[in-house]
Amino acid sequence: MIDIESLQCDLLVIGGGAAGCVAAVEAKERDPGLDVVLLEKAHIQRSGCLAAGISALNAYLTEGETPESFLRYVQRDTFGVVRDDLVLSMARELNEQSHRVEAWGLPIARDEHGRAVKRGRASVKIFGERIKPILAKRVEASGVRVLNRMNVTGLATRRGRVVGAYAFHVRTGRFVAVAAKAVLVCTGGAAGLYRPSNPGMAAHRMWYSPYNTGAGLAMGFRAGAELTSFEYRFIPLRIKDAIAPTGEIAQWLEADQINARGEKYLEKYYAHLGGKRMTTQDRLYATLLERRAGRGPCYLDLGGVNPRRLEGTIRSYLSMAPPAAMIMSDEAYYAKHGGEMAPVEITGGEPLVVGGHGLSGYWVDERRRTTLEGLWAAGDVAGGVPKKYASGAWAEAVLAVRDMIAHARSQTAAPELDEEDVLAERDRVFAPLEDSEGLSCTDLEERLQKIMDEYAGGIGVGYGTSEGELKIARLHLERLEQEVSALRADEPHALMLCHEVIERVTVARVLVEHMLHRRETRWHCYQERLDYPERDDARWTVFVNTRRARDGRIEVLERPVVRTPLAVVLPSLTDGVGVVQRGEG
Amino acid sequence: MGIFVDERACNGCGTAEEPMCVRDCPGDLMILKANGKAAIRDNRECWDCAACVKVCPTQAIHMQLPASVVVRGVKLKGRAMKHKTLWKIRLRDGSEKTYETPSTGKAPFIPSL
Repeated sequence: MIDIESLQCDLLVIGGGAAGCVAAVEAKERDPGLDVVLLEKAHIQRSGCLAAGISALNAYLTEGETPESFLRYVQRDTFGVVRDDLVLSMARELNEQSHRVEAWGLPIARDEHGRAVKRGRASVKIFGERIKPILAKRVEASGVRVLNRMNVTGLATRRGRVVGAYAFHVRTGRFVAVAAKAVLVCTGGAAGLYRPSNPGMAAHRMWYSPYNTGAGLAMGFRAGAELTSFEYRFIPLRIKDAIAPTGEIAQWLEADQINARGEKYLEKYYAHLGGKRMTTQDRLYATLLERRAGRGPCYLDLGGVNPRRLEGTIRSYLSMAPPAAMIMSDEAYYAKHGGEMAPVEITGGEPLVVGGHGLSGYWVDERRRTTLEGLWAAGDVAGGVPKKYASGAWAEAVLAVRDMIAHARSQTAAPELDEEDVLAERDRVFAPLEDSEGLSCTDLEERLQKIMDEYAGGIGVGYGTSEGELKIARLHLERLEQEVSALRADEPHALMLCHEVIERVTVARVLVEHMLHRRETRWHCYQERLDYPERDDARWTVFVNTRRARDGRIEVLERPVVRTPLAVVLPSLTDGVGVVQRGEG
Repeated sequence: MGIFVDERACNGCGTAEEPMCVRDCPGDLMILKANGKAAIRDNRECWDCAACVKVCPTQAIHMQLPASVVVRGVKLKGRAMKHKTLWKIRLRDGSEKTYETPSTGKAPFIPSL
């Protein structure tokens, strides 16, 4: 029988990525007397989706921009279904938190006037290869108790309150039950729900971290937290094969999107969607439509780009997505030796549940409190605010911690876990190590990804889906969930892989319920209902939320969109992309 | 896929508590074998983030892309220095291109457009 180690603290941070590192430092800086514990599945040095680095801060108020103008930009991109309160509170912190990490050593490019160098309207250029080591160094100097290699599997609850979390060490297998006065979940989003872009050996050559498997979402769901907008799946438009970000080329090199005929297709064929200013999801949608119209594939046009700037792009990719740098170097090699350089082809990746880009995640309030007392959420795991990216995750972390400190101070009694709850979680966590018939986690992962790809709008079916298909997905996922008890692992690392699959099955089940409920097509590709192909503002300008009912079923709720009255007058949108103002007030 | 450890160059980071690559891999994929050399558990699990490549003090690790992405011959090496990272991309004819990326501290100045 596995021993249970107990630990107590004031603030517990689950996940040591962008949000978690800044949250932990903020807590110690505000109150050095607080006992702060950070649990990280890998090692904070290079964990989470920023492991390889980043080359821009995509949520930053450049000169002339305000929190209100940032909100308008986000509202436009989501066709109005967005949490104004959350976007505004985050936007007010963006620059301060960016400059704070800059002071810790993150190089932000600046011009002769000391201004951050713009890459896009809300984006500035940085040299972020070392971003995680920079954050980790600060965490280690702050006096936070960091426990690396701890895979958190569940939230500890007592009488409906979150009072801690359970974790096991991915190398030694020791089991730890942590009791805390306040808990922050910042475990990131979920990749690997769908069949990925590349096959076999290259399956993990994806954009989002394959090690972000929705742990925080699954544990929140099991504990009864309310979740929002999973149906707004984020699908990145990426450089084919490398599945690397396109912003570096599209924004920094100002390359146009062209079709196989060399036409600037966004402007030529899709003016009704906003042309070059269309929403993020429509840029992907238009790219797919071009292929269907026989004018595909589509590219980023490097025709007029100066070769020296191209070298700069290779350096940028080295600092965030090294495979893209390798592929571009190989292409340049061909060009140099008289061959033709293959164009930079663009394509959609696998659909993701990721709150830093999309809307999906925990339903939180302005202080980043979840619907469970004692639990806060920040970063990719929190919903309601698309386009928060890394700097938005820092902003949310800081907002959450400020409220958590006040909460922790008001708790005089030491937190205590429920003994039965501890034993039940231990048995659940280590079940795959017991001798059983044995189902490998790879087997189950393949089954999950096949179901999702075929019946829930994956890459293979061009992202669209309909009620009949989603109901089959629901049926197969219910069966799959019964199979997880047959998973087998022979050592702690494999046990982690088992739990990563279990988490994804849970997230996928919730996702399918969200997709079934929204009977319209609001966000092409991201949420494409082939049986309801139109956007229906009158009926569907609402959030679709879910939570686990007492009997274990997934309960679906709708929450209204509430517009925050703005003190400033913003320019109206004249390009045909409307923002719904219903719920104003 | 994936990274490759040159066992002639790897010293398992000597007396360190654990090799640097074993510490830094975000997927917990690197292990120290009984012969004192680092190895990857399974290249199919690798995200190609190059964390291990850069942190290796003896540059024993290089990265290659799977054949379904790049046919053959392109290899990446790197080395994290205090304020910059040095990179070497080996092309299919064996020639090498080197790059340098700023990593910490003051960013290189970029004139306004």
